[in-house]
Amino acid sequence: MTGRRIEAGGLIDRAARLNFSFDGRNYTGHPGDTLASALLANGVRILGRSFKYHRPRGPWGAWFDDPNAMMNVRLGRDELPNCPATTTALVNGMSARAVNAWPSAAHDIKGGLDLFHRWLGAGFYYKTFMWPNWHLFEPSIRKMAGLGALEMSGIEGHVTDRVDDVCDLLVVGGGAAGLSAARAAAEAGQGVLLVEDHPELGGGLYRRGTPVDGQPPVAWVAEQRHAIEAAGGRILTGTTAYGVYDHGLVALSEDRGFAKAPRLWRMRVRRAILAAGATDRPLTFANNDLPGIMAVEAGLEFLGRHGVLVGQKIALASNTSFGDLAAERLEAAGATVRRYDPTARPLQGIGRKGLEAVRHGRYRYDADVLLASAGWTPLVHLWRHAGGKLRWSDALSAFLPGDPPEGMAAVGAANGTFDLDHAVEEAGCVATGTPLPQPRTRYHIAPHWPEPGGEGRQWIDFQHDVTLKDVEQAARENYTSVEHLKRYTTLGMASDQGKTSNMAGLAAMAAIQGRPIPEVGTTTFRPPFVPVPMELYHGTNRGQQFHPLKRLALEPQHRAAGAALGEYGGWLRPAWYGENPMTQAIRDEALMARQTVGVLDASPLGKIEVMGPDAEAFVNFIYYNTIRTLKPGRIRYGLMLTEGGVVYDDGVIARVAADHFVISCSSSHVDGVTALLESWRQDGNDPDRIFVHDCTAHWATITVTGPEARRVMRALDLPVQDVPHMSFCDAIFAGRPLRIARVSFTGDTSYEMSVPTGSALALWQAVKEAAEGRGGGPIGVEALSVLRAEKGYIMVGKDTDGETMPHDLGFTGPREKKKAAFVGDRSLHTATANASDRRQLVGLAVEEGAPALPTGAHIVTGGERPASQGYVTSSYDSPILGRPIAMALIAGGHARLGEEVTIWHMDETRSATITAACAFDRQGARLDA
Amino acid sequence: MQLFPCPFCGDRDEREFHFAAEAGKSRPDTTGAVSDAEWATYLYAQRNDKGPVREVWVHLTCAELFVLERDSVTMAVLRATPLRQDPA
Ligand SMILES: [Zn+2]
Repeated sequence: MTGRRIEAGGLIDRAARLNFSFDGRNYTGHPGDTLASALLANGVRILGRSFKYHRPRGPWGAWFDDPNAMMNVRLGRDELPNCPATTTALVNGMSARAVNAWPSAAHDIKGGLDLFHRWLGAGFYYKTFMWPNWHLFEPSIRKMAGLGALEMSGIEGHVTDRVDDVCDLLVVGGGAAGLSAARAAAEAGQGVLLVEDHPELGGGLYRRGTPVDGQPPVAWVAEQRHAIEAAGGRILTGTTAYGVYDHGLVALSEDRGFAKAPRLWRMRVRRAILAAGATDRPLTFANNDLPGIMAVEAGLEFLGRHGVLVGQKIALASNTSFGDLAAERLEAAGATVRRYDPTARPLQGIGRKGLEAVRHGRYRYDADVLLASAGWTPLVHLWRHAGGKLRWSDALSAFLPGDPPEGMAAVGAANGTFDLDHAVEEAGCVATGTPLPQPRTRYHIAPHWPEPGGEGRQWIDFQHDVTLKDVEQAARENYTSVEHLKRYTTLGMASDQGKTSNMAGLAAMAAIQGRPIPEVGTTTFRPPFVPVPMELYHGTNRGQQFHPLKRLALEPQHRAAGAALGEYGGWLRPAWYGENPMTQAIRDEALMARQTVGVLDASPLGKIEVMGPDAEAFVNFIYYNTIRTLKPGRIRYGLMLTEGGVVYDDGVIARVAADHFVISCSSSHVDGVTALLESWRQDGNDPDRIFVHDCTAHWATITVTGPEARRVMRALDLPVQDVPHMSFCDAIFAGRPLRIARVSFTGDTSYEMSVPTGSALALWQAVKEAAEGRGGGPIGVEALSVLRAEKGYIMVGKDTDGETMPHDLGFTGPREKKKAAFVGDRSLHTATANASDRRQLVGLAVEEGAPALPTGAHIVTGGERPASQGYVTSSYDSPILGRPIAMALIAGGHARLGEEVTIWHMDETRSATITAACAFDRQGARLDA
Repeated sequence: MQLFPCPFCGDRDEREFHFAAEAGKSRPDTTGAVSDAEWATYLYAQRNDKGPVREVWVHLTCAELFVLERDSVTMAVLRATPLRQDPA
């Protein structure tokens, strides 16, 4: 036995007992315990194994600064990997297992790896496993040197909720300094939020145990809490400020209990006071990683917060004046304490699976615990996130906050103000903007840093098993910059991100090179300050909440008609209808539309109004095609290009009046086209003379297409005689406006009817009934894809790619003749645009009886090493033609009609013949039948 | 996460904005002769200055384009000007 629970003291509730297990053995603890404090109270010393050498480890720290005790923890059905035992609040029924150890942390079969440490130094993996390929070795190495295993089933409802909020002043840290600052500011009328990462306020007060303003810590903390809240301040406990981002955004993670996703607070703060405290840094000496060696403040924290005396014969090695108070506290709790001056002569830990004795110079003393401190390191992480500078203090042997970032101040131990009364006074002054007293300190430190060339294995980074010798080796191999040192040795790259190791590491490098510490500098501090679940970055930004589907007004009718719904360009649309298998259903619908009539919900088609005195010139500039000459009442097909000359969208544009156009772009491009129009409108034109309004959602569009389409229209008593192909007319349907446009995406006679969305149902029912009376019915998007492919009509982004220009599709006119400027014009006349081997759109015919070509298959050259000349963009079985059809982009394709080409796909080759893109009704006889 | 001032809506989260272009770039008159080099410069050459920059940004939620002056090093926002009042 080493650690034990003391009779009284701490914040735990001794009246209640919590049962838990660790590595298969049962223990009990109390509310207020962490897994680590409860295990120490039960006399357990080995809480984990190191990452690389599988060395036995106990906790070094008592909170987020512990790199050693990592556990997989199960509670009921939920299991979380890599929980730090020191920050995981104990819950009844928990079962914990040490990570990276099997069968248990105390008896780890891979512990033998430690014998090979001589060969496993820095860069070992890089150097040894280079030949033939690191990736051959990586899986087994990763498995051997890893952390906790993931439970693949996940945790139900593990979703972060996010709160966006603002405050005048954020105080980070609920210790004496933070509470004082928050109280002073709140009483001065500021909107204050205080966050504290522990479940209880008080910070370091419990480990000191000394009175504040004459009151015991618990009473003083309660009084401050009351005062802050009475003055309107807010307090969040169990909440960690883990990142400071641009323009005063601070990310807070609020603990909501084990296996529950933390709540994310995105707090926009006017001002922040950093009162995050300081941590002990380890002493570097031989075997300084043995279980039983921990930070002085950790020993006191377990005592003051959890009522656990970590050892009975305690060796205390500290180079600061705080050691006196520590010894006093531990002795008062019943331990015998013997003090060692680490600066006087070398220390050495002795023991195999835990500390048994301490060697100090020539002398050996028995001890079950060694509490060590090489001094305090202020927690300046958030200060650096915010862009604040650091300055080196010789007096404190530490980096302190230097030039402040905008809107941030540091107080208390985080600012190097280590004395309690001074910290309280400083916090009040900073919070209210009153002048600070002269800096003074009773804290004293005798600087002590790693000594290169020392005996034995001296650990710098516990979690990643980096020793002083590794740092020396890195220096020999010229990895002397701290950033190189970090990456070469992995020092500071573990989940604790070097909270305990960075100072020792850079001090070691400084000593090796004979440079002063501030000249060596620190590595970059980046969020998150503590590990947070990925879920925190993800939160409700998922599925429909991240990317909501656009829904059709007629969705209930489609569902009632048995539609298989799918997402097309952000819209949930009928893919096909009915009970038949997909292929059959699509085939039947495509054939029906060719033989009688198909009815399609085309509501997602873009409907963007462009109006104003400059509208004509504007759309003429936006479109590749000439629009200026379009007469009111008429419609024209057109392409929009990027300034790079690449086809961006295709669609039709209708001219309603001299100064009024409606752009009907592809369903999936409505947002993009609207943004593009706005961009040109405001940046390059007089925005008061052009107006752009997307009213896609205001209108439902129903298309009837096929040889019976005209009769369906007549049956509905709609005026069709006035509407020639590529024109439109306005009518009234059921007392509401109706626009009938004669455009066709199928090659058959088609009418696109648009009504206000509220009237969609009446029109749909009437059209569907009339169509069904003529042997037709609804068709889905898939059948439409077949119909348009039969005609060689493109879908931009499917039959075109990021290089396709209009002339590659056969639209050469405007490129050669259009006089007015238009978007992308100059790009159509570069050497690239004029190249003879451009990939051009053609059709492909397969051999008699052969199946359809795979979409994406490549057209290849012959010879030993076939090269791609293009690829199949669309491929279908055409029910009306009774054979497969395909479109492809092929180098120089337009001049190669009739040529037989080789098609390659997944190591198989076939042949096909290049044809025109249009495979059906090449004369267009059906368009106006 | 930065706060950008839309001249129309006020301070909003960076996520609501898109970069549109570097300010002050004008489109060559393509009804006349434009050399390959001149066109390529227009399409691809960005100043990408370190320090104060003038850029056109769009506030996606209201579709307002405006000139944003900011510091690409300190991330300080210096000024936002509606496009139509911008002398450039
Ligand atoms: Zn706006």
